[in-house]
Amino acid sequence: MTVKHHPSEAVLFAYAAGGLGEGLSLLVAAHLSFCPSCRRSVAEAEAVGGVMMEEIAPVAVRPDSLDRVLANLDGAPVPNRAATPAPPRPTPASAARSTDTPPLPSVLSAYVGDLSGARWQWVAPGVRQLDLVHRAQGRDSAKLLRIAPGRVLPHHGHAGLEMTVVLSGSFTDEQGRFTRGDLAELDSDAQHQPIADSGEDCICLIGTDAPLRFSGLVPRMMAPMLGF
Amino acid sequence: MDEQCHQSATPGILVARNPPPMHRPWRFARRTGDRAMTSVAVEGEALADLVLAIAQRRDQSAFVALFEHFAPRVKGFLMRQGAADTEAEDLVQDVMLTVWRKASQFDPAKAAVSTWIFTIARNRRIDVLRRERRPEPDADDPLLAGEPEPSAEAHLSGAQVQARMREAIATLPADQAQVVTLSFYEDMAHSEIAERLGIPLGTVKSRLRLAFRKVKAQVGDAFA
Ligand SMILES: [Zn+2]
Repeated sequence: MTVKHHPSEAVLFAYAAGGLGEGLSLLVAAHLSFCPSCRRSVAEAEAVGGVMMEEIAPVAVRPDSLDRVLANLDGAPVPNRAATPAPPRPTPASAARSTDTPPLPSVLSAYVGDLSGARWQWVAPGVRQLDLVHRAQGRDSAKLLRIAPGRVLPHHGHAGLEMTVVLSGSFTDEQGRFTRGDLAELDSDAQHQPIADSGEDCICLIGTDAPLRFSGLVPRMMAPMLGF
Repeated sequence: MDEQCHQSATPGILVARNPPPMHRPWRFARRTGDRAMTSVAVEGEALADLVLAIAQRRDQSAFVALFEHFAPRVKGFLMRQGAADTEAEDLVQDVMLTVWRKASQFDPAKAAVSTWIFTIARNRRIDVLRRERRPEPDADDPLLAGEPEPSAEAHLSGAQVQARMREAIATLPADQAQVVTLSFYEDMAHSEIAERLGIPLGTVKSRLRLAFRKVKAQVGDAFA
């Protein structure tokens, strides 16, 4: 499996700097789970962050700061990861067993749990959604969309940054064809209309940092249902 | 658009093209030449040894040395990102305690100490001040299996890579250094940076792309 569509350098930088909210960070983390080359880029961007940490103008800490921290050093050290075997991870396996979809990246399990027990919300014929990160909790949102073969996601534009990561199936939009692991990134003003183009449901993660703007009669009806 | 030509060896030209602000926080002291780079790398290796001394021997004097180097930087970083003095003090405690407790997770082959501490401070800030999580790919996810083979340059330590990167950042054109600085220091979204600088979002993104490529070219495939 080869990932063909990647986030921009600017998005990888923002992720490394801690500048993305939880929703968009989840999208990037999902893509990174499929993409060694972007994982490398994030490590490089974090090293830039390390340089920035070295170069910052220091601000003197309070005189008692060192004593305070020394007084608390007695806490048990955290063991090396490698020394403790990881506990078994039930979620991806059970998700794979109980549905026909390939396993989700583990980073999603804290948000999705077992996909087979998920309560998908009806949005429109052939389109269902599952909220993962709500705007109310932070700056941006993330949700899963499940789109039946041949269905088109409502035509929409948006004010901020929107990203989509394909988890199973595929879709095609103006930028090309997106399959598992691919990330589509759209700036504001981009209009796009993805269509699920394979014989199976397309499950994708979609995140925004600003409300979506739907245009046209049906989309206007759908906007409140999508809850963006 | 011409993204490359803003750098100039002549300060006068630089000033003429970019009206001088009160100060230029994005201009870094440039350390030129191999010797300067080597000394930065040596300093980095010494910091790495301090973390290893904590990991192996719970060495308190090593911790004190690390604290003296990093605590004022972590505080400066957090305050630059908008934390109040008291918040920054508390987070410094939190970050330095994490350094002590997680010292055995530090891998000098993978990152410089400053990079490791940067990521700890970033994550604690998001946790505590923003009350959000910052999802990361799970290292134990079977999807992550099959990492590419280490390249010829992978023998470089994190500190050596860092020294190269510092050199690359010091030589960025001012307009590229500026967007990098704002991304890391000011906790600004790219759309906010565009607004602050009065340039289109696309220009912010293209400057970041150029800056990132320059940095990547300098470190080669040391991260492969
Ligand atoms: Zn990628």
